[in-house]
Amino acid sequence: LTEPTPTTSDSFTPEEMANRVAEKFPESVKVLKTGARRLYLTSDRSAILNLCTFLKNDLGFDHASCVSGVDRCDRFQVVYHLTSYESGVAAEIVVDIPRDNPEIDSVTPLWGGANWHEREAYDMFGIVFIGHPRLERILLPSDYEFFPMRKNCEGGRQ
Amino acid sequence: MAEMWINMGPQHPMTHGLWNLRVKVNGETITDSEPVIGYLHRGWEKMVEDRQYPKIIPMSDRLCYGASMSWSHLFCLTAETLMEVEVPERAKYIRVIALELQRIASHLMWLAAIGPDLGNMTMIEYGMRERELFMDSMQSFTGARMTYNYARIGGVRNDLPPTFERDTLRLFDYFEKRLDEYENLFDGSKAFRLRTEGLGILKPQDAINLGVTGPSLRGSGVKRDVRKDDPYDAYEDLDWDICVRDECDTYARYRVRMDEMRMSMQIVRDALKKMPKEGPIRTKAPKKAPVATAFARVEDPRGEGLMYVIGDGTDKPYRLKVRSPFFVTLSASNVMLVGYKVADVPSIMGMLDVCMGETDR
Repeated sequence: LTEPTPTTSDSFTPEEMANRVAEKFPESVKVLKTGARRLYLTSDRSAILNLCTFLKNDLGFDHASCVSGVDRCDRFQVVYHLTSYESGVAAEIVVDIPRDNPEIDSVTPLWGGANWHEREAYDMFGIVFIGHPRLERILLPSDYEFFPMRKNCEGGRQ
Repeated sequence: MAEMWINMGPQHPMTHGLWNLRVKVNGETITDSEPVIGYLHRGWEKMVEDRQYPKIIPMSDRLCYGASMSWSHLFCLTAETLMEVEVPERAKYIRVIALELQRIASHLMWLAAIGPDLGNMTMIEYGMRERELFMDSMQSFTGARMTYNYARIGGVRNDLPPTFERDTLRLFDYFEKRLDEYENLFDGSKAFRLRTEGLGILKPQDAINLGVTGPSLRGSGVKRDVRKDDPYDAYEDLDWDICVRDECDTYARYRVRMDEMRMSMQIVRDALKKMPKEGPIRTKAPKKAPVATAFARVEDPRGEGLMYVIGDGTDKPYRLKVRSPFFVTLSASNVMLVGYKVADVPSIMGMLDVCMGETDR
């Protein structure tokens, strides 16, 4: 049985995690705040894959809870919710991506659990995840012509 | 032998909902599989962008009719995190009781569904009969049988009726005996054991990486539960343990859910003992949310439910994203299916507790 690991020196608090991240990515990642079992980050688009690899391998984030797409009208956002089973910390990473070039590296090679979430974000917002094994529509029919969750989507309206 | 693709669904007794499992078979052996979903897609996340916060509560109920309490509760928890509303102590306990009754009712519906899947036709009658008692119990304080509309941003809608404690304890005493009987019915059946043991192996490292949560994860020997790891409401103060099995097969997933029903009864009994006997059950929540984001996680009967909300200063959410546990578990089903026979599909998929309402949203 995989017993829950008691808090040891290997298991980080959110503050320690924030320091490690700030040390490793001084330019591209910002720590917004930390809380009880919570860590809030923003990242540059170019750094997301390196940041996630670091979070997974060095800080113990072994579970990708959710990947969400957001349309902020002037830009898109991809929001990652990651969980470390060992320390119980949930991290939120917000990444801005430009509207005219909605591309970002896929984290599916790191966590298989992100696979369908990224497909859904593509399905609803048209955000392209580079390196995704199979970026196809998932909830909507494959011949659907619009990205319906975009705030300016008028397509299909009767 | 030539390989071919077979469609199991969208109308198939195995699916328990509207979806399609495409399996590639070589003779009888599954070599690949692909779930096709979206038949039940209602655009839930888009619809709620045009609803005031309190009006989203009954809509959350409709995410999964089998476990509607946990979804409306999750939405309220998320909105409370966003609006920084503190829930009164007694309401926290009432929520725990409601959630655990819902967990038992949801697991009973799963039990009633897998019985006929595996040739045990009596079980659908038994499971549904017992679920009816739990729905009666929930009706006594919510007024509804399935879509309860009970949780509120800042508390719960109604207080428990005066006879609730007596009735619930009586119900549990009765149900525990029935549960023993059902366990004998399944565990004592050679046919059931042959159709579950050693099937659908999901290794712990695969389960974690593929994002599988809930009873399916705990059936793979990973002792993780959001109620313990990231406690909400009153779970921190209650005396209970995580149910876990280390066989990694469909039988282990069956055992975890059976154990969880007993554990839920223990949680409710403990909550009835420890809860404040009186006090407010609801605080006033603001109509408008601040310009901020928030997320909350709960342990749904099927796994980790998460909602992420963006408030823009109005009384409607700018964006509300739902993480459905079965959506992710389904994406991992290929690992559990490949290498087994096509006749094992109902056993393997049924034991994951299918709910398409929350999957397609």
